Amino acid sequence: MKPAERMKILRQHMPEQDAEQRSHNFEEVNYGLAGTAASMEAQRCLRCKQAKCIEGCPVGVDIPGFVEALAEDDLKKAADILLDANVLPAVTGRVCPQETQCEVQCIRGGKSEPLAIGYLERFVADWARENYQQKFTPPPPSGKRIAVVGAGPAGLTCAGELAKRGHAVTIYEALHRPGGVLLYGIPEFRLPKAIVDQEVNNLRKMGVQIICNVVIGATYTISDLLTAEGFQAVFIANGAGLPVFQGIPGEQLKGVYSANEYLTRVNLMGAFRFPDCDTPVIKSTQVAVVGGGNVAMDSVRTARRLGADPATLIYRRSRQEMPARVEEVKHAEEEGIVLELLCNPIEILGTTDGWVRGVRCQRMALGEPDASGRRRPEPIPGSEFEIPCQVFIEAIGTRANPLLTQSTPELNLNKWGNIVIDENNMTSMPGVFAGGDIVRGAATVILAMGDGKNSALSIHQFLSNK
Amino acid sequence: MFPILEAKWLAPKVRWITVAAPRVATKHLPGHFVIVRVSEHGERIPLTIADSDSASGTITLVVQVLGATTQQLCALKEGQAILDVVGPLGKATEMKNFGHVVLVGGGVGTAVIHPQAKALKNCGNYVSAVIGGRSQSYVILESELRSICDAVYPCTDDGSYGYHGFVTGKLGELIADQQQPVHAVITAGPVPMMRAIANLTREHHLHTIASLNPIMVDGTGMCGGCRVTIAGQTQFACVDGPEFDAHQVDFTELADRLSAYRPQEQLSWQQLQNLNHECRLNQLK
Ligand SMILES: Cc1cc2nc3c(=O)[nH]c(=O)nc-3n(C[C@H](O)[C@H](O)[C@H](O)COP(=O)(O)OP(=O)(O)OC[C@H]3O[C@@H](n4cnc5c(N)ncnc54)[C@H](O)[C@@H]3O)c2cc1C
Ligand SMILES: Cc1cc2nc3c(=O)[nH]c(=O)nc-3n(C[C@H](O)[C@H](O)[C@H](O)COP(=O)(O)OP(=O)(O)OC[C@H]3O[C@@H](n4cnc5c(N)ncnc54)[C@H](O)[C@@H]3O)c2cc1C
Ligand code: SF4
Ligand code: SF4
Ligand code: FES
Repeated sequence: MKPAERMKILRQHMPEQDAEQRSHNFEEVNYGLAGTAASMEAQRCLRCKQAKCIEGCPVGVDIPGFVEALAEDDLKKAADILLDANVLPAVTGRVCPQETQCEVQCIRGGKSEPLAIGYLERFVADWARENYQQKFTPPPPSGKRIAVVGAGPAGLTCAGELAKRGHAVTIYEALHRPGGVLLYGIPEFRLPKAIVDQEVNNLRKMGVQIICNVVIGATYTISDLLTAEGFQAVFIANGAGLPVFQGIPGEQLKGVYSANEYLTRVNLMGAFRFPDCDTPVIKSTQVAVVGGGNVAMDSVRTARRLGADPATLIYRRSRQEMPARVEEVKHAEEEGIVLELLCNPIEILGTTDGWVRGVRCQRMALGEPDASGRRRPEPIPGSEFEIPCQVFIEAIGTRANPLLTQSTPELNLNKWGNIVIDENNMTSMPGVFAGGDIVRGAATVILAMGDGKNSALSIHQFLSNK
Repeated sequence: MFPILEAKWLAPKVRWITVAAPRVATKHLPGHFVIVRVSEHGERIPLTIADSDSASGTITLVVQVLGATTQQLCALKEGQAILDVVGPLGKATEMKNFGHVVLVGGGVGTAVIHPQAKALKNCGNYVSAVIGGRSQSYVILESELRSICDAVYPCTDDGSYGYHGFVTGKLGELIADQQQPVHAVITAGPVPMMRAIANLTREHHLHTIASLNPIMVDGTGMCGGCRVTIAGQTQFACVDGPEFDAHQVDFTELADRLSAYRPQEQLSWQQLQNLNHECRLNQLK
């Protein structure tokens, strides 16, 4: 096919569950491309010699490579190319913010729409999940043992890359199930948990040992791992799971949640199946969520599915500044989420018996750009009004959880409590590496995976020199 | 899986469970707790470590049946296992020589003061324990505490055993005793009891520590569900506590937040009773 012909093909649409129907269930929103649509989309790629798109991918997926194999109907080859760079493609194909990562770099983006890299990645990964087990011949054991702290995307990726190099890896996870935010944060309707379990099982098949119910900083310290437990290196990937509250009056009322608690109850503990699952969550007819990122979007869409009408999202800037993935905002609106933009909560109102009854807000206007380059929201005097709700969820961000770092004073931290690393991802403790949200602050799945991969290479190097 | 090595009833609806959890046992200090999950669809609940033995790798939990999860846990027998046990969590009790320390335990709160008594004794304190129950059969761990403490005062609401009245009454007597002045109080038990103790010792300017029991999920500072107000500041009980200066605790708020899930808890309880009923019917067939 000539480039000109390729240019004529329009970007394929992702088939999705009807918006009204899906706003009442937890099944996946996106169905995935059909085979014909995937081949058609794959033909849109121009196979650029200097493929810009690859630069946009933190794990360096050979995008034209796997897309070409897909276009030629060689799914096995496509899967091999993809899995070579990315151990969790079924996850990233669903949750990567492609519009700011790989797709934004695609040359086709200028004149028409970029290649739907995420859709194609998901297509190949889903095919591989059902039809293909990549051959894994265990390399000769290196005799080296590495401990990984945290079974989120950074820890899982690092473990996989180390196992490929013959190292014996043990992951310690604080919760009772591995997956990190993929499991307790991102809801079932965006990322089915069966996919996370399957990816985790693939790692187990590669010989990675995963031990749950171990909190590093409490059950073991980092020094325990390096001495008594006999590991030669450690990779810290415990995420940034400390919820931030706004600090406004009324936060102790019943019905106020951090997004972390709300989503953990629903996703990890299965509260949407209560009472078949034992953990409850407060359901109410009116729910308000404050925040503008993926976490806020996931919370408000979860509330909608638990029956909230209206489920309202409160954000202090305008739609353009929302950090959430574009697709999530679109999906949320289709599902009937009410957006209160340029609006900020200043007080949570309670009933006499201690339950939330509403939230008092202030209208905002955008002023001069602030340090983040976004225009600073400023309150409009006299604009206060109330939004009635019985559940109020705060999704304004998370910070580094100090549990581990407090028990390890040898680790250098920055002023936000994130671990400081050098160009080889090593911390101030020799042999101890770190990556993902604990280093970057709340970021993305694929950046965490990139860190996991790079750290694995550094650890391999470090151990080889030993 | 965490195998149960010993399980017995200490009092009506209060069970002593010794479970193999070697990693936790090695690191346990008084004041620590674990989070436990009994079954695949189960809730995560916090329980104080009442005792531990690092040599045999075991910890002991003392559990009161209150709702669905504690009932399932207390139905487990020797040879069965708990699905998940994670810990030790929370800050350890401040250990030093106070002089005369009075430990006040109400109901299963007595399990919290048990390891504290041992450690405080080792620090050279004179240790008294005031332990309360509704009636004689609800007073737990008395002989264990007698083998550790300098003095043990059981109290019962109905006067069937020991001191007749609430633990606050007995504590008031001890504070008034000039022969053996009290220097510090540590308390664990139902919220109204801890509040009453705090009110009493505040008058006497007595250093007092209370072990709080808010609803928890992860126990590692990740969810914020366990937040309590201490001296007007929000704190996460699982990582900043669970022990705090009793005079600074907002007990009204704590009690109120504990009631957040009452309708759901009743539903869970009912469902479990129906299930148990069906099982028994099936056994009859
Ligand atoms: C609700 C929500 C939605 C999101 N949506 C998206 C999205 O659509 N796209 C995207 O790219 N990113 C998204 N993100 C961000 C992304 O999930 C994170 O950036 C990413 O998961 C970070 O990976 P990590 O491996 O560093 O940490 P985590 O995923 O946080 O994993 C850390 C793991 O370490 C464990 N742990 C913590 N402390 C300890 C300890 N002391 N000992 C042992 N284990 C410990 C934790 O339990 C956890 O399992 C979202 C985040 C949230 C919360
Ligand atoms: C740090 C800490 C240590 C604890 N140590 C022990 C212990 O050693 N032994 C023990 O038996 N219990 C202890 N608890 C309390 C225990 O966690 C609860 O009893 C348990 O979660 C109840 O679960 P359930 O499903 O059986 O009851 P639910 O159905 O959840 O609740 C039934 C009733 O118990 C009340 N309740 C719910 N949660 C708590 C709570 N956290 N504390 C007190 N009442 C509650 C509810 O308001 C309701 O009335 C501790 C709690 C904390 C936070
Ligand atoms: S992993 Fe993410 S950034 Fe990389 S190619 Fe796939 S979708 Fe794009
Ligand atoms: S930049 Fe776009 S068109 Fe070019 S190789 Fe990458 S995906 Fe294909
Ligand atoms: S229990 Fe979740 S933060 Fe304390």
